[in-house]
Amino acid sequence: MDLRHKSTDQVRGNERVTSGTSGKTLDRRRFLTAAGLAGAAVATSMPALAQSPTKPDPAITELPDWSRYLGDGVAARPYGSPSKFEKNVVRRDVEWLTASRESSVNFTPLHELDGIITPSGLCFERHHGGIAEIDPAQHRLMISGLVDKPLVFTMEDLKRFPGRVNKIYFLECAANSGMEWRGAQLNGCQYTHGMVHNVMYTGIPLKTLLDQAGVRTNAKWILAEGSDSAAMTRSIPLEKALKDCIVAWGMNGEALRPEQGYPLRIVVPGWEGNMWVKWLRRIKVGDEPWQHREETSKYTDLLADGKSRRFTYVMDAKSVVTNPSPQAPLKHKGPNVLTGLAWSGRGHITRVDVSIDGGKNWSTARIDGPVLPMSLTRFYVDINWSGEELLVQSRAFDSTGYVQPTKEELRKVRGVNSIYHNNGIQTWLVHKNGETENVEVS
Amino acid sequence: MSKSLKILCAVLALAFLSYPVAAQKLNLGRVALPEEVAAWDIDVRPDGQGLPPGKGSVKQGEELFLAQCASCHGEFGEGAGRWPVLAGGLNSLKSDRPEKTVGSFWPYLSTVYDYIRRAMPYGNAQSLSADDTYAIVAFLLNMNNIVPDDFVLSKENFGKVKLPNAEGFYDDDREKAEKAFWNKKVCMTNCKKEVTVLNKARAIDVTPEENKNAPKVD
Repeated sequence: MDLRHKSTDQVRGNERVTSGTSGKTLDRRRFLTAAGLAGAAVATSMPALAQSPTKPDPAITELPDWSRYLGDGVAARPYGSPSKFEKNVVRRDVEWLTASRESSVNFTPLHELDGIITPSGLCFERHHGGIAEIDPAQHRLMISGLVDKPLVFTMEDLKRFPGRVNKIYFLECAANSGMEWRGAQLNGCQYTHGMVHNVMYTGIPLKTLLDQAGVRTNAKWILAEGSDSAAMTRSIPLEKALKDCIVAWGMNGEALRPEQGYPLRIVVPGWEGNMWVKWLRRIKVGDEPWQHREETSKYTDLLADGKSRRFTYVMDAKSVVTNPSPQAPLKHKGPNVLTGLAWSGRGHITRVDVSIDGGKNWSTARIDGPVLPMSLTRFYVDINWSGEELLVQSRAFDSTGYVQPTKEELRKVRGVNSIYHNNGIQTWLVHKNGETENVEVS
Repeated sequence: MSKSLKILCAVLALAFLSYPVAAQKLNLGRVALPEEVAAWDIDVRPDGQGLPPGKGSVKQGEELFLAQCASCHGEFGEGAGRWPVLAGGLNSLKSDRPEKTVGSFWPYLSTVYDYIRRAMPYGNAQSLSADDTYAIVAFLLNMNNIVPDDFVLSKENFGKVKLPNAEGFYDDDREKAEKAFWNKKVCMTNCKKEVTVLNKARAIDVTPEENKNAPKVD
């Protein structure tokens, strides 16, 4: 995928818009709950209850059909799907990004989700040759190369192995936020940050299979290969393969979805999503990296001096406020829940700070739900919005001491042409009418 | 305890004892036959490992390219629409709009052979013969002014061809080059005097289905 800006004539002018946001309207009292200091403080600043209507609410006084008539029976929905009222909660794509839909990407609707687990059907998709539809009875996994004996496994073989594991990990495409290197470009956290998902995988450690084949002492790398029409390959250091990689057939308690590699994919915790080869058919063991297309011409980071970093596997700590965001504007003054996600490929999230004044003042957010290494982590700040402009930002801290940088700090080191690994701080401008847009600030 | 219950307990105990499996050799799966290993062994490395026997000329490659590749990549490798550009872009990597092609960016020729062999033509993968693949790679080299018009690429001379950007890559050094991002002292209050909006996504207006109507606030 080429994540260049649409075309040079559509690049923004360098207009400089002075925000009406001034220091004095950004009352830090709003953050008192965030610091966990005082529900009372919030209560005192709460507006009065909305005035009751003069006429009774028909949603209460009139009996709806669903309260009177029988609904669908148990046989009507053998595999359930979301309510028809949730039809907007879907993956979306940006057609101009790529040449064809088969080698393309769509985006997780982060602004519609909560908690840390991404529902399987909403996990963003990235394919290089479309979705391979594979009969699991016809699927084979081969271990070959520098091993004592090359082995072939059926899916049934794999599911008989001892030592099955269940692990929750985020998968982030290295190109997530890649459209934003030169400035704010796409309006919606689904588009700017939606190439990430977080699910529980079921499978067996890759080490178990490699041990069965017997890895030769001169081995240093493995090649993971898919059986799709792109025969996707990535070289992975043997050390990582033995440490925590999983050969997974399950996600969120059921079989992998076809879009996510059914019946088998490799899980490479904390490392860029492109390495998590789907429809996994082969693990070849070798003594050198293969330098294939996806690790040379793609997924290398071109810096300002014309040189490129390669093997930039780890995903740096990153966060984004998912609500409010352009697709999830503020609709009410008074209490609102500001929430977002943070993650790091190097460990677990230790802290997330949020600013609502473009980085002048920060407050530490409340983290809720499991805090797991290499997993999405959910944070909240309960705000009381009086209708002023906000410039919302978040910054993540991880267990290695890494602090999410600003976009400007990143550009100073990397320039604007690296496409991949943009983990800079995102800013949303919330207008007085609640409308929210993607901006960059000084 | 009844006799039958005693027997059941004994059976269960035995069953339990026989259950835990050592992680040693499990006799799961089977040894792959040499023909099976060979059938999937399509990967090629920079040192030439994996290259099949064969050869192909620039001229043959041009014919194949026009028939099987040009509809997406353009007759001169310029790329139709957003399909990948394959030629040109030399010395553009430091520019504002780098053009990353086989000639300007790809470090290893083996990558070109491997990729065409496994994934091209798009939608009809793994359909080219070894000789055809050599020919198309030869034509791509010619298109990028790396070999002359009469060049014939083969397994034997493959290793002699060097791509211009071979030295343009180095291993991930973020932990050193971006050390300042670790253990940074962060400011919490009055961190800057003024905040100005520098740019807006809306100004370039490329978001699909953007909600252009202002929401209602109560």
